[in-house]
Amino acid sequence: MLSLIIKRLGIGLITVIAVSLIIFLGTKILPGDAAQIRLGQQATAENIAAFRARLGLDQPYYMQYLSWLFGFFTGDMGTSLASDKPITELIYDRYENTLYVSSLTALIGVPISLALGIFAAMFPGSLYDRFLTMISVSLVASPEFLTATILVLIFVFGIGWGNAVVVGSIEGKGFFELYRHFAMPITTLCFVIASQLIRMSRAAVLNVMNSPYIEMAILKGVPRKRIIFRHALLNAIGPIVNVVALNLAYLVTGVIVVEVYFGYPGLATLIVQGVQTRDFVLIQGLGMLFCLTYVILMLIADIAAFASNARLRHPK
Amino acid sequence: MAKKTTDHQNNDIVFEAKSLKINAIRDDGSELPIVKGVDFHVRRGEVVALIGESGSGKTTISLASLGYCKPGLTFAGGEALFMGQDVSKMTTDELRPIRGEKVAYLAQSAAATFNPSIRINEQVTEAPILHNTKTKAEADKKALELYHALELPDPEHIGNRYPHQVSGGQLQRLMAAMALCGDPDLLVLDEPTTALDVTTQIEVLKAFKTVIKQQGAAAIYVTHDLAVVAQIADHIVVLYNGEVKEAGPTDVLINSPQHPYTKRLMEAIRPLPEAGQGEESDDTHKRDIPALEVNQIDAGYGKIVNGMPTSLILKDVNVSIKRGKTVGIIGESGCGKSTLARVFAGLLPPANGDILLDGNPLAPSLKQRSREELRKIQFVYQMADTALNPRQRIGDIVGRPLEFYHGLSGKEKTQRVHELLEMVELPSQFAERYPHELSGGQKQRINLARALASDPEVVLCDEVTSALDTIVGANVIELLKRLRRELGVSFVFISHDLSTVASFADEIVVLYAGRVAEQGPTDQVLSPPYHPYTRLLISSVPEPRVGWLEDMTKTKEAISGISGAVDINARGCPFYKRCPHAITGTCDTTPPPRQIDKNNHIIECHLDIKDLL
Repeated sequence: MLSLIIKRLGIGLITVIAVSLIIFLGTKILPGDAAQIRLGQQATAENIAAFRARLGLDQPYYMQYLSWLFGFFTGDMGTSLASDKPITELIYDRYENTLYVSSLTALIGVPISLALGIFAAMFPGSLYDRFLTMISVSLVASPEFLTATILVLIFVFGIGWGNAVVVGSIEGKGFFELYRHFAMPITTLCFVIASQLIRMSRAAVLNVMNSPYIEMAILKGVPRKRIIFRHALLNAIGPIVNVVALNLAYLVTGVIVVEVYFGYPGLATLIVQGVQTRDFVLIQGLGMLFCLTYVILMLIADIAAFASNARLRHPK
Repeated sequence: MAKKTTDHQNNDIVFEAKSLKINAIRDDGSELPIVKGVDFHVRRGEVVALIGESGSGKTTISLASLGYCKPGLTFAGGEALFMGQDVSKMTTDELRPIRGEKVAYLAQSAAATFNPSIRINEQVTEAPILHNTKTKAEADKKALELYHALELPDPEHIGNRYPHQVSGGQLQRLMAAMALCGDPDLLVLDEPTTALDVTTQIEVLKAFKTVIKQQGAAAIYVTHDLAVVAQIADHIVVLYNGEVKEAGPTDVLINSPQHPYTKRLMEAIRPLPEAGQGEESDDTHKRDIPALEVNQIDAGYGKIVNGMPTSLILKDVNVSIKRGKTVGIIGESGCGKSTLARVFAGLLPPANGDILLDGNPLAPSLKQRSREELRKIQFVYQMADTALNPRQRIGDIVGRPLEFYHGLSGKEKTQRVHELLEMVELPSQFAERYPHELSGGQKQRINLARALASDPEVVLCDEVTSALDTIVGANVIELLKRLRRELGVSFVFISHDLSTVASFADEIVVLYAGRVAEQGPTDQVLSPPYHPYTRLLISSVPEPRVGWLEDMTKTKEAISGISGAVDINARGCPFYKRCPHAITGTCDTTPPPRQIDKNNHIIECHLDIKDLL
């Protein structure tokens, strides 16, 4: 078990390093260099050379890579090419929005979706199950902006509840105030992640429900609730935590459409801005941050899956 | 007065099926009868066996006593009376107090029936605690008593383990404990020993029999094995295609079967393994050079340290397979039978030793062998169900090796596929079908046809009849004999069933813990002198006679050898702990010497061959 976790940590580390190499080289093979972009077309050759030396761009690639990586892990992501501000400051301005939206979404969306999915697996083929399947499949198929538009139409323009655009400061707001502040993006994102979580938790539990030990539990007269929660769920945790982790990572890194739609600044829009302004340093920093988010969440998911497996916890 | 006796007799009946009918629901909603009006009853203290081949409805009928139908089946008429109540018409909530408490079920595979994530004791005591018939303390006490009664090792602590931490035979007995913990009135046992080795089977049968007697429960015992039935049942009900063909007391039915189907079942029981029953294959195809030969093979799994794998399975194995002949490899599960087959096939390159094909050295690994060398050695897997691609038609499955090895296509290929199907005694229309449209025996024939498609010299058969019913398995053996005679193919026949090997092999290799215990021509191996392990194996094959189990368990081989586990890392003789003749100080410290007599009969034992007679 311990050796498995250590091995898994090692794989995580290798992944991070590999991704850092790809991100670094990726920004290098793009045409144009940072000094040129920062100083513009009119800059003289001397100016550019001096600027390059200041950024360390005159050093060999491996030195640049190492100092960048070292800087990243010591909290110095460099200076933005577009605004001359430190990258950490740019991220600091944005991360709160993303953090609140994603954690509130996770807090509300994950438990509800899992409960709905598991409940569907308890009564496969029932009217409830078929209805839920229909809803979740159509949600998977519809793009985020459509879901958002429909929700805004219903809640904001229909019932007059919540705001179509996120406005105002979040300073000093409590849990419920924060929720009301971000009500529309959170609800939209809940719908987006719910579809996948419902489908996967239903499938994972249903898969276990077909195994002989569940039939045995039925033949022992075990009530349905206990069959699901004591016998089936333990063996379905592995696949479920993986999907949860993937969806949480998406909430941190991939909610561009929702951020733009509701007009609040978050991390996902920040990276889009970085691409638009060809701000390599910003892209590198955020890319690594997103990579770390994925690696850490998947690591937690895998360790949870190991821990739920009796064979790994208690070897022969 | 007379009326009172009848009443008393009726009260004595624990379960009764009255013209019970069960249907399967097809995809289009129509119903197909599976059980067509079955009548039988079980009295208190009685074991009734339901016997028949797969598809006879025996499991379906036994589950009806719990008011349960597998998904896709439905009760279609008649009554299933448990203590006078018709369980087939009760709702799940009404059935809950009966299930696991009054009627308990034991499934074929304990490994699949125990929840891998829950400790054994919780699963054993679950039913009585849930049904409030016992407190947790009472249930734990009962479970402990049962662990003692079932002769489980370390009964005080075994319940704290998880299912994967105990052996298959132990898990099977723990399942019995799970069934008995609620003091049921009726036990339903569904092929509880079929998946076990012969020696383990005896151990489990003995435990079941004792415990059923002690509890005074009634039991329904489902099996296809008449020899096992003779040991445990009082009454036998013979089923075929969802109907009762014959029923009666065990000794009457075994000794004078009346119905033709029962007679066929009796005939399909293989004779006990003895010298002289194997069909001597003729020497038409004989050549001086063996078709396949392995010398001094060591092989195993895991990391290689100092040229040896960390988990060494096979130690110093020599086998030579002559053309048109069959070598049988037997031993308990985990003894290295399949590992040896994987070495032959090149799936597992050995750590030491050479492999020769037609006298020429053969690369140890599959990847380095030429296509021609690959063609000559083919593998037939145990589970035809999983070895055939469910999305390919039979014609494609059998046709693929024809394309790959012989470059056949179009009409030629179709023609050859039909010939191959004919060779395994299947109609050529089968080429258009998918695997799921075939029965188990038919699938195994396709599996064989695919191996034969490349015109191999050696076919490796890994437990090819183990998953089949007696009659179907016997037919497959007949087919193999014919192919050996007509095509001159050599077979390596791996099985844990000594009777099957005895009827088919020219030479037998007895493996124990990866070492050759005994090896030689079939008649030599199956006649004295015996290696003590071979003697145990031979005496463990159940005989279809009442009282055999009691006689067998009194022999000294059984007393010392039945319940031991295989110790693969033993320093001396691996069989030391289970051997009735073990010499302390010699057998446990020194590996046994290899003794060879004039007939090329090898026995590895510290005892002199003369003393093993």
